[in-house]
Amino acid sequence: MNDTMGRYRTVIGHRLFWPAAVLVVMLAANTIYRPGFLSIELKDGHLYGTPIDILRLSAPLILVALGMTLVISTGGIDLSVGSLCAISGAIACMYISKQPDQNSLGVVLTALAMALGVSLVLGAWNGVLVAVIGIQPIIATLILMVAGRGLAQLITEGQIITINSEPYRAIGLGHMLTLPLAIFIALAAALLVAAFTRRTALGMIIESVGGNAEASRLAGIRSGRIVFLVYVLSAGCAAIAGFMMTANVSSADGNAAGLWVELDAILAVVIGGTSLAGGRFFLSGTIIGALIIQTLTTTVYAMDISPQTSLLFKAVVVIAVCLIQAPAFRARFARRRRNAPPPATIADKPKEQVPA
Amino acid sequence: MMGKMRMHSASWRAATVLASVLLVGTMAACGNSDTGGGGTKDDGKITMGFSQVGAESGWRTANTTSIKESATAAGIELKFDDAQQKQENQIKAIRNYIQQKVDVIAFSPVVESGWDTVLKEAKDAGIPVILTDRSVDSADKTLYKTFLGSDFVKEGKLAGEWLVEQKKTATGPVNIVELQGNTGAAPANDRKKGFGEAIAANPNLKIIASQPGDFTRAGGKQVMEQFLKANKQIDVLFAHNDDMGLGALEAITAAGKVPGKDITIITVDAVKDGMQALADGKFNFIAECSPLLGPQLMDLAKKVHAGETVPARIETEETTFTQEQAKEALPNRKY
Repeated sequence: MNDTMGRYRTVIGHRLFWPAAVLVVMLAANTIYRPGFLSIELKDGHLYGTPIDILRLSAPLILVALGMTLVISTGGIDLSVGSLCAISGAIACMYISKQPDQNSLGVVLTALAMALGVSLVLGAWNGVLVAVIGIQPIIATLILMVAGRGLAQLITEGQIITINSEPYRAIGLGHMLTLPLAIFIALAAALLVAAFTRRTALGMIIESVGGNAEASRLAGIRSGRIVFLVYVLSAGCAAIAGFMMTANVSSADGNAAGLWVELDAILAVVIGGTSLAGGRFFLSGTIIGALIIQTLTTTVYAMDISPQTSLLFKAVVVIAVCLIQAPAFRARFARRRRNAPPPATIADKPKEQVPA
Repeated sequence: MMGKMRMHSASWRAATVLASVLLVGTMAACGNSDTGGGGTKDDGKITMGFSQVGAESGWRTANTTSIKESATAAGIELKFDDAQQKQENQIKAIRNYIQQKVDVIAFSPVVESGWDTVLKEAKDAGIPVILTDRSVDSADKTLYKTFLGSDFVKEGKLAGEWLVEQKKTATGPVNIVELQGNTGAAPANDRKKGFGEAIAANPNLKIIASQPGDFTRAGGKQVMEQFLKANKQIDVLFAHNDDMGLGALEAITAAGKVPGKDITIITVDAVKDGMQALADGKFNFIAECSPLLGPQLMDLAKKVHAGETVPARIETEETTFTQEQAKEALPNRKY
């Protein structure tokens, strides 16, 4: 008996339990509204259905949010990821559109390498501003967030660049083992990041820098180098996400690609349980957070919630998710429900004097 | 069409860094502005000062090209300024034009409000002002001579009327889904209104779902994917611009349906990729929203310069395209 209770507590207490529960509730609500919501069928040799859409569309967000998780765990933030998506997509599409044979694999690989290279350089610029010059991360990355949109439009000359390249299209729409290729790319990136951070000391070093950069430095960790590294990594993730976004519609739109994705990514990280103050990070939580956000967007379309109410609907769900996920809120709620007297320490605490 | 505003807030140190970066960006990007230069020589040639919104879309770029080309063709000297989506740049440019004593000022306002002071200055200097593409909300209508631009309600109406004509023999219900522009944007509101009014003529025509696709291909595609899964029978798609329609094409194909046949697709704009889709039989009808208002603008400039009275509201000359018309028109399209 005690053992089952203990196991129950462990499951409930697991940091992934509440985000996962929210995801399940959202899917269940959708299924009640429209029983066919979860149905999947085989079409043209690959799976087709709303759950597959959610997986495919959340792939870019998962990538961006992975990089963001590491940046946030160092106590920083990267606002420039949306612009970086636009830039990487613009460079790749612009290069491909100028080539005589857009379907050549060599052309696409060159385009990807070029775009990734530029994005990493821009990530290094963020890293230098934060780690070397010491500008606050929110401001340092705001520079590229604003200037990057302009840069993307300079590259595309203010036009939407349409391309017709099967290999490039595959990044966003291809299939592997009947599932979207994009989700495998995102998953591979997640496993790679997890391996590097959790199978080596790197993850702990990042967390210690986020916990206290100065103490870490005194303990022998090159804090500056770690901070620099996470911004470069975040830019790399954003670049690949940019490829997916542009490949999804076979066109690069400097204005719209990756617009506001930085905010969704930050939200995914927070829902996943990583503190904005830095320190511990949870990659699996971030992935569930990204899935929740995409499911929310899809829900609005699937239920045809009117555009005016949908913003409010999203806000209410997000607030609910954040509250349920917060241990402090749950503790207070649970205490009230059990009707137990509040702990003596709180009751005995003298009331604070508030000056009139 | 859709300008985006960005907000900055920063501490002073950060603001300095930001400002310097933005300055560099602006200098790099404004190669095409030439507001400088001396005053107007009185050689009988009309001089026009034009302040453009920016270069945010293919539509806008075509708009700029049209204005520049038709100025040359009409023998009007054009002073052109790109405001980069900023009202303060436009006000600065207009003040410059007033100082240079140009004959006519024309501009596409970035935003609707806040123009009274600078327009009053132009009026006091005796320089007529023409608004293009977008309007201002000034209560004093004498501050500008005329507003030349598209009628978004009419575009929606034309799209709806075509559909009513096509489906007049339909006996059962016709299910329509709608991809709206950005929530609250004038083109989105007006096109929805016009379309809704037109299809009210036939009670069989019903809009069963309507969601914003934000005027982008990615948005149009994502929304259409869910429309297709949530609704068994979709007969017609009305998209508020070509790009959302182009995005929806892929979703329709992925659902195993043939765009243009299984689902009738109607859009607005007639940009090049949209016209191509129409000529290829993937779209069925496009109501044009033309950026090529240069020739009309130059005509108006000559008239107001000569002191003739012009109507307060002039619509851009626009048409509609069916698949056959698109095939004919496509080789000569400029954008």
